[in-house]
Amino acid sequence: MLKIENLHARVDDKEILKGLSLSVKAGEVAAIMGPNGSGKSTLSYAVAGREGYEVTDGSISLNGESLLDMEANERAAKGLFLAFQYPLEIPGVTTMTFLKAAMNAQRKQRGEAEMSTPDFIKTVRTAADKLGIKQDFLRRPLNVGFSGGEKKRMEVLQMMLLQPRFAILDETDSGLDIDALRIVAEGVNALRSPDRGFLVITHYQRLLDYIKPDSVHVLSAGRIVKSGGPELAHELERNGYRDYVADAA
Amino acid sequence: MAAIQETVDRVKSVDVDAYKYGFVTDIESEKAPKGLNEDIVRYISGRKSEPEWMTQWRLDAYQRWLTMTEPKWARVDYPPIDFQDLYYYSAPKSMSGPQSLDEVDPEILKTYDKLGIPLREREALLGIPGNRVAVDAVFDSVSVATTFKAELAKSGVIFCPISEALQSHPELVRQYLGTVVPVTDNFYATLNSAVFSDGSFVYIPPGVRCPMELSTYFRINERNTGQFERTLIIADKGSYVSYLEGCTAPMRDENQLHAAVVELIALDDAEIKYSTVQNWYPGDSDGKGGIYNFVTKRGDCRGARSKISWTQVETGSSITWKYPSCILRGDDSRGEFYSIAISNGKQQVDSGTKMLHLGKNTSSRIISKGISAGRSNNTYRGQVFAHRKAQNARNFTNCDSLLIGQQCGAHTIPYIESRNASAVFEHEATTSKISEDQLFYCMQRGLSGEEATALIVNGFVRDVLQQLPMEFAVEAQKLIAVSLEGSVG
Ligand SMILES: Nc1ncnc2c1ncn2[C@@H]1O[C@H](COP(=O)(O)OP(=O)(O)O)[C@@H](O)[C@H]1O
Ligand SMILES: [Mg+2]
Repeated sequence: MLKIENLHARVDDKEILKGLSLSVKAGEVAAIMGPNGSGKSTLSYAVAGREGYEVTDGSISLNGESLLDMEANERAAKGLFLAFQYPLEIPGVTTMTFLKAAMNAQRKQRGEAEMSTPDFIKTVRTAADKLGIKQDFLRRPLNVGFSGGEKKRMEVLQMMLLQPRFAILDETDSGLDIDALRIVAEGVNALRSPDRGFLVITHYQRLLDYIKPDSVHVLSAGRIVKSGGPELAHELERNGYRDYVADAA
Repeated sequence: MAAIQETVDRVKSVDVDAYKYGFVTDIESEKAPKGLNEDIVRYISGRKSEPEWMTQWRLDAYQRWLTMTEPKWARVDYPPIDFQDLYYYSAPKSMSGPQSLDEVDPEILKTYDKLGIPLREREALLGIPGNRVAVDAVFDSVSVATTFKAELAKSGVIFCPISEALQSHPELVRQYLGTVVPVTDNFYATLNSAVFSDGSFVYIPPGVRCPMELSTYFRINERNTGQFERTLIIADKGSYVSYLEGCTAPMRDENQLHAAVVELIALDDAEIKYSTVQNWYPGDSDGKGGIYNFVTKRGDCRGARSKISWTQVETGSSITWKYPSCILRGDDSRGEFYSIAISNGKQQVDSGTKMLHLGKNTSSRIISKGISAGRSNNTYRGQVFAHRKAQNARNFTNCDSLLIGQQCGAHTIPYIESRNASAVFEHEATTSKISEDQLFYCMQRGLSGEEATALIVNGFVRDVLQQLPMEFAVEAQKLIAVSLEGSVG
């Protein structure tokens, strides 16, 4: 499904990803853990096609199709979704308006018809209810004045509506209390399916108690330095990253 | 302008490629000879069979104009205009005065259809009930049709071309014309006073709430022709009117001059709401062609507790020089100015407002949103003034600029002067850029760079869009997206 090989990426002339390889199969939930500054967000931006994140070597493909020559919105239309570590505020644009614009933009690129307004409203309301998002949030400008946790829920709401084929969640758990964490995890789990893949970036084992990963990878200094099963997360929880950081240095 | 569903749909369906209204209507026209002199002024006056006092008024204006020079203080730059190289009067040959719709040249009706302005009342009625708009259509120098006149007359509302008002209600025109924008006001207003050809006249009798939106739709078609329209709106005591104005012109390589004057008068307890969507041809991306929009708009809150509100969406013209203002003369009167000014390509905008507080307890509010893209320059110039006697004058000004890209400029020039210690004036101003983060966020959700920009800009101008009549807001929103094309990447 998502296949990254020998990825080298630089930002502002500084190489951050240094030969990263990772492959996530359809139906798989892969977790990435790693110390601050190891390149986790950079990886998610490089995959999502953010401008200024220059891939100098290696490849990224989704379902066998290279993403490298695609604009960020084209990658989105192919079914790639990124839940941001720091979601952005869009002043003056209500959440409802934003969601509709996003859904229709993707549909348009895929040559599908726009969703009717009543259908759209119903879909959004149902999803919002599941995530415990109050209706009046949908009428407020997107993320403006929302708490950290509310923003993260909004990311999951968007994911539920856009129904991506592959989703990257960048530290979606940080800033969430335990109840919110459970709701968000339920949202993700509800989307798990044999033809959908996930890359869950997190600092803490805690999230992985709710979203059970199939594989765990340790990212350090721009490379995957260790891969294993769910037990690897527990080991990291006990011993920290010290061993792996040392390895990479 | 078109405020019915049909139009909204039409606007929605337009493809977003270039200036949509750039077509030329092939029609024979009757023009005065090129250039400007006393004979031309008399010719224009004569074409409209004006009363002698009006002819004299124009001639006085012309003499005055000869002594004046073009204002140079605005932050705009253009080669000198040869005022003798312009036509000052052009009328479709088939018509030389207001007439019934059946007589209007089908080519002209087609033009307005293409622009989404239904002139046939029956068609206009197919829109949402209660959502009707009476339209006065001005084509080059003459008004070609005014709809719903008869129905408006039932409530005593006069809505007709100003040339017609000079025949049917000369005393009203004479009483008010030039009382807000004096003949001597400024170079362009004085020129307009001498050569104005047509425009709309509105009178709302005491206590009447105008039963529908009124609108004028301006179209410049003829080459090398200046358009000098004159609008005069009088809201008598306790009356209310909402008026919309829209403008387009064909794409032409040479610049065209548009120098209009709009005067609003609100008597005791009256309210006038004046909205503009200005979409004159802006020129191409290299700055070739486009309309010079040098316009004087002013409202006089003459009566106590009167209110005048200007809302403008300015996306067109190669140069905009425009400051819709309010004279807050009546005690407890209120003035409002809501503006969205978008510049792209090589457009230059110098626009803003003046709020002149003369009466007691007068209040004003200014919300200005300037968006600059491409290599354009966008200046907000605003004056807030309290007279010595303007006890308790209040003003709130909020002026936000948004920059798209690296090569454009935004400038805010406020002039604030208070001669009364009890006056309270508040001024807020911000300048921001669309951040790379925001753009990437939207694009990650599937929006193209341009769609993302339009969405963010629409959010930026939301406070002002909300002031527009609903159908108009939809149109304006679409226009914003179109005028920002090519601003990204
Ligand atoms: N725009 C940038 N310019 C230069 N260095 C950057 C930039 N963004 C991130 N970095 C650096 O890249 C490294 C990885 O950052 P990031 O991917 O955010 O790490 P993580 O998400 O794992 O905490 C850090 O050393 C950070 O300082
Ligand atoms: Mg990070």
